[in-house]
Amino acid sequence: MSRRVLDPGKGYGSAGSAAAPVDAVRRGFMAGGAAFAAAALAPGVTLMAYPESAGAANAPAHRWGMLIDTRLCPEGCTDCVAACSTEFGWGPAAGQAPRPETDPQWIRKVAVKDPDTGVAFSLPIMCQHCAEPPCVDVCPTGASFKRADGIVLVDRHICIGCRYCMMACPYKARSFVHEEVQDQKPYAPRGKGTVEGCTLCVHRVDRGGQPACVEACAAAGHNAMIFGDLGDPASEISRRVAEHRTTQIRADLGTDPGIHYEI
Amino acid sequence: MAAHALLHRSLAAAALALAGLMATAQQAPAPGGGDKCVAPTDWMRRYHMTALRHQRDETVHEGARDTRFSLEGCISCHAVKDTAGVPVTIDDPQHFCRTCHDYAAVKPDCFQCHASRPSEGLLQGDTAQLGTGGVLPFSSTTSVAELEIYLREARP
Amino acid sequence: MAKVTYRKLDEHSLRFWGLLVLHALVIAAGLGAAWYMEHNGHVVTGMSNGIVWGLPHVFAVFLIVTASGALNVASISSVFNRLAYKPFARLSGVLAIAFLVGGLAVLVLDLGRPDRLIVAMTTYNFRSIFAWNIYLYIGFLVVVVVYLFTMMDRVMQRRHGYIRAAGWLAFVWRLALTTGTGSIFGFLMAREGYDAAIMAPLFIAASFLYGLAFTVLVLATMSSETHRQLLSDEMASNFRGLLIIFALVLGYFTAVMHLANLYMPNRQGIEAFILRDGGIYTALFWLGHVLVGLVLPVLVLLLPASVLSRRLGMTVASVLALGGGVAFIYVTIIGGQAYPLNLFPGMEVSSSFSDGEVLNYFPSLPEFLLAISGISIAMLATGVVLKLLPFLPADGAAK
Repeated sequence: MSRRVLDPGKGYGSAGSAAAPVDAVRRGFMAGGAAFAAAALAPGVTLMAYPESAGAANAPAHRWGMLIDTRLCPEGCTDCVAACSTEFGWGPAAGQAPRPETDPQWIRKVAVKDPDTGVAFSLPIMCQHCAEPPCVDVCPTGASFKRADGIVLVDRHICIGCRYCMMACPYKARSFVHEEVQDQKPYAPRGKGTVEGCTLCVHRVDRGGQPACVEACAAAGHNAMIFGDLGDPASEISRRVAEHRTTQIRADLGTDPGIHYEI
Repeated sequence: MAAHALLHRSLAAAALALAGLMATAQQAPAPGGGDKCVAPTDWMRRYHMTALRHQRDETVHEGARDTRFSLEGCISCHAVKDTAGVPVTIDDPQHFCRTCHDYAAVKPDCFQCHASRPSEGLLQGDTAQLGTGGVLPFSSTTSVAELEIYLREARP
Repeated sequence: MAKVTYRKLDEHSLRFWGLLVLHALVIAAGLGAAWYMEHNGHVVTGMSNGIVWGLPHVFAVFLIVTASGALNVASISSVFNRLAYKPFARLSGVLAIAFLVGGLAVLVLDLGRPDRLIVAMTTYNFRSIFAWNIYLYIGFLVVVVVYLFTMMDRVMQRRHGYIRAAGWLAFVWRLALTTGTGSIFGFLMAREGYDAAIMAPLFIAASFLYGLAFTVLVLATMSSETHRQLLSDEMASNFRGLLIIFALVLGYFTAVMHLANLYMPNRQGIEAFILRDGGIYTALFWLGHVLVGLVLPVLVLLLPASVLSRRLGMTVASVLALGGGVAFIYVTIIGGQAYPLNLFPGMEVSSSFSDGEVLNYFPSLPEFLLAISGISIAMLATGVVLKLLPFLPADGAAK
């Protein structure tokens, strides 16, 4: 390859015959490189998976949901929170001080007070399992998805930990796993670097059970939470929602949560 | 899709070659509990990741928990116990998956999230906790045809 | 018309090599920080379940916005047919690529599972603007490479149709990219600090200013390196005018966004937070974004030449604008997250999960190192590429 004498004052300028061999090699390299890159990347296009449209051939159209009667929810009671953290293992380890900023909290008790009248109530808030979930819309890989039965989950096999769903959720339902997790429950895998949230105890629901929080609330005698199929008009939850004045948190946002509250 | 399949097949061929190499190098995996695995050993060596990947979609997206290749099932049978009789975790080189994966130098990503040893109940032999209702649906005499059908379903 | 000639950066000054070494060290520190964050989990950072995007995202978005703006000079020459800008078109393309790569690197390294990048590149949910952005970013790199090719290849160079077509495609793509970046926030209805269609044009206005500011700084540095005045007096005057206009346009969109919010009772909470009660965020908004980022640069640029030389004024104004830019993105991203979600309008709310509270955030050292390594990646790539290929304009009065 010929070496051209470089004249700082002139630069490369118009083509001279001495320039041709150098440029031909460079051009060939760029063309070959582009062709190689295109050939290498093209098959990847076939790997694109489109969002799940789960064919639930087995089940009729369920819409799992919960109804929480805040009038029966005692202030300061955190039985549902304790049950969830025990079931899934996300609470602070025994003897460890809680770090509320980074510790996951799938469900929490929120105390609400009207500043003008002083009227107060408390209620548990968890993932609302919306029919129009903003977290599902924003997830770049489709890891945040809604099942056919209405439960909104994170497929942690494809979650890349970008936390966009956490930005998008109006209910602050999701937590990020900030550190390594040990001794996971076998039915509830969770790991560092992915996003997680209330699963409506899908591992129980799939086998016909109830969420742990609902069971704990009933076991403690408060009976403030019921779980059921909003898609079945004969279910207890559907009847209660039809008969009583219930609401959803920030119903104006249009997400249509599956968690109803009687306030 | 052809390129994807080609990639898969070449990787599978490499895996099979490696499996052959492993057999000759006597890098046999730790024996599992029970008298038979849910599929023949050679098939498992080659296709366990295909089965697990299909399985995880079935469980997470479809809610099907009565499945033949549940990871929990694998771990409960293939738990390796240390001298104290406690199943080891993935950090221990004796762990079932590591007996092959260390040799193949492929780090399994599963156990960042999944428990690498069985739950207490499963350890006591309570296979009713397994989604399969206690029955192992595949036996080592499962016909090749049945497994082929499964593979075609798992890799459309 | 004189033919434009280009040159590689042939000088070997100690300062240039020193800068490259510095950037390489910063990049090494950033990579080390990224490894530390990934290995130990994000608990070692200042981020939390409330402030989920921290300083790395601020710098990543800043670099991506700057990248799309850096292409403007090339667009002016190819799309708007202002041939005076042509000598800078190649450099403009290089800067666009370099900044985008720097921003993307920081973004990817801050993921919770950066090892799953392949998943991110192959599995898409097309309802997500993030997914579209992946295509927009990668596509932008390809389009700008093609654009540079049409400008540099001897056969293509003579066919102005190709350059114009590539230039148009790059211009439209760059607008789509910045719209997509602004829409990452604008599409979120959950947070009162975002949830506004104006965020897309706001980011486009920002990209114009920051892209040109960085281009001016690179040209000033390269002029000093090559001991030539790469920016003619006429071009300097053009750039000065553009900087003033871009700053005013960004100020306009900022004003419109906040004025509209102030008018609505349900947005007065977030406005009071950003504009008055937000502590660090209020300071960064008024002193950083408005004063340092918009007002001071315009004032400096308007100073008569007798008080401050035009070129020095442009350099100072560019530095100020970029500093204000980081403040603007910081207030947007972090301030928008610090303000509590409004679950029960009109009520006072408290919980163990910081409901109803303004959230605290202080960047940790690993985040800071990762964030600034993005700029170093861009600058190192630019420096190396300028040395290898003829991107700098060759004509220029000797200094």
